[in-house]
Amino acid sequence: MSDLVETSEPIGAVRREPLRSRLKIPLMLTPALAIILLLFGGGILVGAGQSFGYFPAIGLNEFTFDYYRSVLTDPNFLRSLWLTFRIAATATVLSSILAVAFALVLRHNFRGSRLATFLFQIPLPVPHLVAASGIVLLVTQSGLFARLAYSLGVIEVPADFPVMVFDEAGIAIILTFLWKEIPFVGLVVLAILQSVGPQYEEQARTLGANGRQRFFHVLLPLIMPGILSTSIIIFAFTFASYEIPLLLGVRFPATLPVVAFRQYQDPDLALRPEAMAISVVLAIVALLLLIAYRRLAQYAVKR
Amino acid sequence: MTTDVKDTTQAAPEYIEEKEKPPIATRWARRLAIVSILLAVGLPMISLLVWSFAFRWNYPDLLPSEWSMRAWSYVVDDSSRVLEGLWNSTQAAVLVTILAIIVGLPAARALGQHDFRAKSTVEWILMMPIIVPPLVATMGIHQIFIRMNLTDSLFGVALVHLIPSIPYFILVMASVFANYGTALEETARTLGANRWHVFRYVTFPAISSGLLVASMFTFLISWSQYVTTLLIGGGSFITLPLVLFPFLSGANHSVAAAISLVFVAPAILVLIMTSRQLSRESSVMGGFGKI
Repeated sequence: MSDLVETSEPIGAVRREPLRSRLKIPLMLTPALAIILLLFGGGILVGAGQSFGYFPAIGLNEFTFDYYRSVLTDPNFLRSLWLTFRIAATATVLSSILAVAFALVLRHNFRGSRLATFLFQIPLPVPHLVAASGIVLLVTQSGLFARLAYSLGVIEVPADFPVMVFDEAGIAIILTFLWKEIPFVGLVVLAILQSVGPQYEEQARTLGANGRQRFFHVLLPLIMPGILSTSIIIFAFTFASYEIPLLLGVRFPATLPVVAFRQYQDPDLALRPEAMAISVVLAIVALLLLIAYRRLAQYAVKR
Repeated sequence: MTTDVKDTTQAAPEYIEEKEKPPIATRWARRLAIVSILLAVGLPMISLLVWSFAFRWNYPDLLPSEWSMRAWSYVVDDSSRVLEGLWNSTQAAVLVTILAIIVGLPAARALGQHDFRAKSTVEWILMMPIIVPPLVATMGIHQIFIRMNLTDSLFGVALVHLIPSIPYFILVMASVFANYGTALEETARTLGANRWHVFRYVTFPAISSGLLVASMFTFLISWSQYVTTLLIGGGSFITLPLVLFPFLSGANHSVAAAISLVFVAPAILVLIMTSRQLSRESSVMGGFGKI
């Protein structure tokens, strides 16, 4: 019955809260915070420690920057970093733009829109590996697209078809990410557009704004926070993705996560500190890029 | 395909109603959208299906020249370890979902319905695993788990899957809690309902559809994990993606396609069950727009 007493207090009454209710929120948060801090935070500590040369299991316990020095001065590292960034940035930018385009069409009710919206959602729960598995069947030099090109008389032999898998441009990798992430961003944007409703646009139309103006001055500011959040999630994910570039990418130069895991899984444990150093640099670069991006986007929105 | 849109009588209220026949550019944009969605989603999925029954399918044939059930009989054979992977994947994903609900629900409620000091710090910490590339953490955890004897076990794998699951679960559920507010619960309490009754008859019905979606997506996050299972499972705890991976880089497209279809089946099932919430209930997907 104590609940009744608590809630019968006038709203905003100034009094010292009983201990139980002061502890309520910390208690609600503790399990989740503990798991993230102990597992994720603990993992980072152990990993970062090794990157600085603390690895007692193989007799290393002297603090050193050597691993970072050797990673950062390796020309192949920069090549891999650039490749990783290029793939992640391309996938993020393209999926955001295309997702907004689809959301703008799908928010209307027209013949076929229900089915289209349902199909549009399908990639969302599909595992990345299955997406890659299906896309590979389409885009290899003997895949379905090459066969269609043959039957249309565009190409003769598989070698005539452009290389999209195991290529340096990472086309199949980017396609897989686009296939997975466009619905993700699109459904978030669609949710925002539907909760906002058409009234702002109608007002702008009444005031004489054309389609372009309505999009850039009315809709875009409304959906921008959603695009910002989802693009941060996507960039962080694609930047750190391992299995897709491993499966569809060229062996050299490989993306940074692939390089790091390759070294980590090497039977020679002495390679592990360097694998950790690569991963730490990757995480820091991603964080810096995301912070810069967020600042920039918030500045652009305010203007 | 016609573009006659006069019949909007069945339009759901959330959708934007058409008042007049749309301009020609809009109609073409709609056709383009429908066709591209159909092809982009349909072609990879149909290719997987056809390949799984193909025995001989040489370039440049558009259809297999010989069909067979070989890939599927391999899938159900013990030597392929597909069924073992299926069972392990299911166990891990169910365990992760239960743990995520236990751990995540109170935190989501605190974040969705209460204001408190250091709230943004707490949010930042909880979102860390999906913003900071998790490689270092994964490798570090691997070594912690080796010392704690948690590798090669269902529990260790579930714990490590929990890390990417918790942020997404909390993101969605905090949004669901924020959307429904506390007013109804307070009314129920004022009317004399006890804690359990408030939860059973007020809170739970209000959040249940959101909780269903969040739980199913948590299940799928665990279901899709590859590299974390590879490290922590240490090769002795085999899940479906681990069984699938070698075939994807191999030459046997039929087996790869068949395993891919087994692997994707729960995802399609989840989608059919949650499709309405995804496109209509803005609080579920809207949660991702709020980090």
